[in-house]
Amino acid sequence: MVKAELISRISHELNLSKKEVALIVNTVFETISQSLIQGDKVEIRGFGSFRTKERKERLGRNPRTGEPVKVPAKRVPYFKAGKDLKVIK
Amino acid sequence: MTITKAHLAEQVRQKHGNLSRREAKAAIDAIWNLTKDSLLKGQGLQIKGFGKFIVRSQAARVGRNINTGAATPIAARRVVVFKAGKQLKQLASASRKP
Repeated sequence: MVKAELISRISHELNLSKKEVALIVNTVFETISQSLIQGDKVEIRGFGSFRTKERKERLGRNPRTGEPVKVPAKRVPYFKAGKDLKVIK
Repeated sequence: MTITKAHLAEQVRQKHGNLSRREAKAAIDAIWNLTKDSLLKGQGLQIKGFGKFIVRSQAARVGRNINTGAATPIAARRVVVFKAGKQLKQLASASRKP
């Protein structure tokens, strides 16, 4: 499912215009991104939670030349699935 | 600070003044419920720039009971994985520590 499909389904379910729903969906994902950047965690009960995790500096390799390169330390987005997402058949 | 659905609803209402609290909440619940349904059916959701939620198969492996140290088998299963999009990865690389 892509964003357009999600929007169209919500619009149908709630009787809101696609334009309105698009604004809501965009706001939700932007807010999650912004919160993560500011160092907040985001918790969606039942679904899962988002936070950032530290990645240490490591030695990588240029795949073309085989030459070792330093990959700098950084933070990466991390999602942990909630209870309701653990029962997939 | 932990952001919850209530905070998301508040943000939505700020950007979208003529929406009632109930409508904002319903729309946000719908996002996660529809995504959950899609994942439970083995599909997922992709939001450009943000990332995608996908279902991945995980092979059976041998785990260990942390209390007794005894080896216990862990059955093969399907798990939900989130792959961050390019834009979110870029933004997060310089993010603050939670």
